[in-house]
Amino acid sequence: MPANTLDILKTAENFKNLVNKPAQRVIICAGTGCMANGAQQVIDALEETIKHKEIPVTIDIHKEDTENSIHISKSGCQGFCQMGPLVTILPQNILYTRVKPSDVEDIVTLTLQKGEIIDRLLYRNPSSKTPCKSTSEIPFYMKQTRTVLSLCGIIDPEDIHEYIYHGGYSAAQKAYMELSPELICKQVSESGLRGRGGGGFLTGKKWDLARIQPGKDKFLICNGDEGDPGAFMDRSVMEGNPHSIIEGMLIAAYATGANMGYIYVRAEYPLAVKRLVKAVEDARALGILGNNPFGSQHTFNLHVMEGAGAFVCGEETALMASIEGNRGMPKPKPPFPAQSGLWGKPTVINNVETLASVSIIIRNGADEFRKVGTTKSPGTKTFALTGHVANTGLIEVPFGTTLREIVFNIGGGVTDDNGEVWPDGFKAVQIGGPSGGCLTETHLDLPLDFDSLKGVGAMVGSGGLVIMNKNTCMVSMARFFMQFTQNESCGKCVLCREGTKQLLSLLDDIMEGNADKQTLDTMIKLAKTVQKGSLCGLGKSAPNPVLSMYSNFRDEYETHVFKKRCPVKQCTALSGFTIISELCKGCGLCARKCPVDAIEGKPRQPFTINQEKCIKCGACIDNCKFNAVVRG
Amino acid sequence: MEKTTQQKAMRKFTKICDIVNQYNRDKSKLIPILQKVQDEYRYLPEEVLTFVATTLNIPPATVYGVATFYAHFTLSPRGKYVIRICDGTACHVKGSNKLLETLREKLNLKDKNTTTSDMLFTLETVSCLGACGLAPVLVINDVVHGQVTREKAIKLIDEIIEKENKNAG
Repeated sequence: MPANTLDILKTAENFKNLVNKPAQRVIICAGTGCMANGAQQVIDALEETIKHKEIPVTIDIHKEDTENSIHISKSGCQGFCQMGPLVTILPQNILYTRVKPSDVEDIVTLTLQKGEIIDRLLYRNPSSKTPCKSTSEIPFYMKQTRTVLSLCGIIDPEDIHEYIYHGGYSAAQKAYMELSPELICKQVSESGLRGRGGGGFLTGKKWDLARIQPGKDKFLICNGDEGDPGAFMDRSVMEGNPHSIIEGMLIAAYATGANMGYIYVRAEYPLAVKRLVKAVEDARALGILGNNPFGSQHTFNLHVMEGAGAFVCGEETALMASIEGNRGMPKPKPPFPAQSGLWGKPTVINNVETLASVSIIIRNGADEFRKVGTTKSPGTKTFALTGHVANTGLIEVPFGTTLREIVFNIGGGVTDDNGEVWPDGFKAVQIGGPSGGCLTETHLDLPLDFDSLKGVGAMVGSGGLVIMNKNTCMVSMARFFMQFTQNESCGKCVLCREGTKQLLSLLDDIMEGNADKQTLDTMIKLAKTVQKGSLCGLGKSAPNPVLSMYSNFRDEYETHVFKKRCPVKQCTALSGFTIISELCKGCGLCARKCPVDAIEGKPRQPFTINQEKCIKCGACIDNCKFNAVVRG
Repeated sequence: MEKTTQQKAMRKFTKICDIVNQYNRDKSKLIPILQKVQDEYRYLPEEVLTFVATTLNIPPATVYGVATFYAHFTLSPRGKYVIRICDGTACHVKGSNKLLETLREKLNLKDKNTTTSDMLFTLETVSCLGACGLAPVLVINDVVHGQVTREKAIKLIDEIIEKENKNAG
């Protein structure tokens, strides 16, 4: 056995001795969400308070004497971002939510020293108001099947030893020492793993295609350019368990014969970049990456590359152009990257979540993987649940779970604009971001998987689920997505570059009351043309939101066009303002704020709006302290 | 006077040489090189782009093409505090455009201007920061602020202005 071979069992055993020494462990979620909510201040306060009380504390278990101390560690995103900062206390397994630095004193004196539970910091079920002590009692977590995310939020993502202790890199070791590349491709094919980035192509098949290519130099790329607005699944995996991606890449590299790999991460995710860079360095230091991993004859070098803010780089050929140092513009396929990719060499590109699933398949076998999910879409899928929903955050469920289960059981129901639960407020869900489609009430019981969604004109996409309540205007949502794709179009294909621009102006016409039947016809015709005539996925799918929203909410479009009215009163150009005289106190603030002097009245008497002068800017409604101004 | 400008320019290019050498003058590393250069100057000055092109032995047009393609690169100077309002789907649904309006008004940004005249603030939107659970979100130089209301946004700006005034005074 070469000297640099990692002894996984011994490393795990060593870590076990270390991690079991401290008496208690406090895990603070340090994902982007919790950090934005002030997790770092909580961590600082905790360290200071514990030190001040002269309780033995461990920050780095590899360096300090840990006996009977309190071990403070950070974790990656736990998914329940809205309730952050999240603090977990082990071994009691207590989860505190929305912890502020001022709560730290109580956590130390009451929970850590006396073992008492602080009621006010527990999560409360929004409907029944019962407090939940740990994740196992919280509906948001209870209904999920966390496989890819199982270690996110539990382990310290910056400690490779902890990943190994939890069984990490054992699948890679098994692959390198016991399996042939052919057999790995076969196992991954048999598991039915499909690309989680949206396309849903069989991963095993992709690998096999690259494996049989002749030549020595092959590349492997992990696509972490998660640009879909409203999606943050890959970010959470990269931040919460970066080693699971590296392990998947090691296996993929061996199976395909790739000797060089890149992880391409969005620059908007600085924390993910930092943790991946550290993870790669740590893996290299332990001899897992580089020459002869696990005593094999293979070489695999891995680099982390930061993107520069171009959505189109999520498309694989554009991503490769970006790694080569060029403008990120897509190329026609075929040749497929597996035949001729980065610098003309065979290249495999997989999504973050796909690669994170690989080690699970190799460790537990293809049959075990197939036990969850549906026949054609086995396994689990992570979704980012956001928008008008009580529990926003990251979830993982088996394929085939219904939308109703996700929105109402895990998500805790739809909310109104003030965040209160609105029992029958459900209007639609946008799935798959700007490339996907919308699902309505009629789709609530549809089992979500690659094929069923395709059947209704939507797609899994990367997995963003944005819930919209009944106050959302679907025309303005379609316009929002069109604006996004129009901005992000790289400009190579005329139909995508100009077509999205024209579609955007047509939608503007509809929202501003300048549309007629011709507008709708042109819009649909143009949308279909852009779908057909664009080269890459961005252009091909750009019209999807318009088309799917049009087919599901046709009357809403028609009301805008023919009645010049926005049914939910969101489009300012189509809705005037009136003052309810009973509520108006006559303070005159609206009249002073009105830029065109359209509001008239005498002090302490109800004011009125002159509709002819009104430019519908909304300054009055925004400034009225008595809610006396309404749209309509 | 002239000498100091020249010295300044030389110093500038020394830094860029260091960056370019760090990447072995490899033209495929153009994007990371430009990222490092932008970290240094907060934007990409035109003469620097030409210099990078010459050192890497590629046409300046190629460098310019890459610099204008990616949203992260900017060719005009930016303010000391870069405020990026997330306009991802979740933030949009939760009213990020209202935040943008509020801040444009607060910072007195007219027409298409994104940077304040005192070079203190630059206000831009960003497609998605992946902190959708906390929508609406804004980032001031790398610090993420979640669940931002209009009042909170104005308070954040006031705090910065106050801090700057204190430093200046």
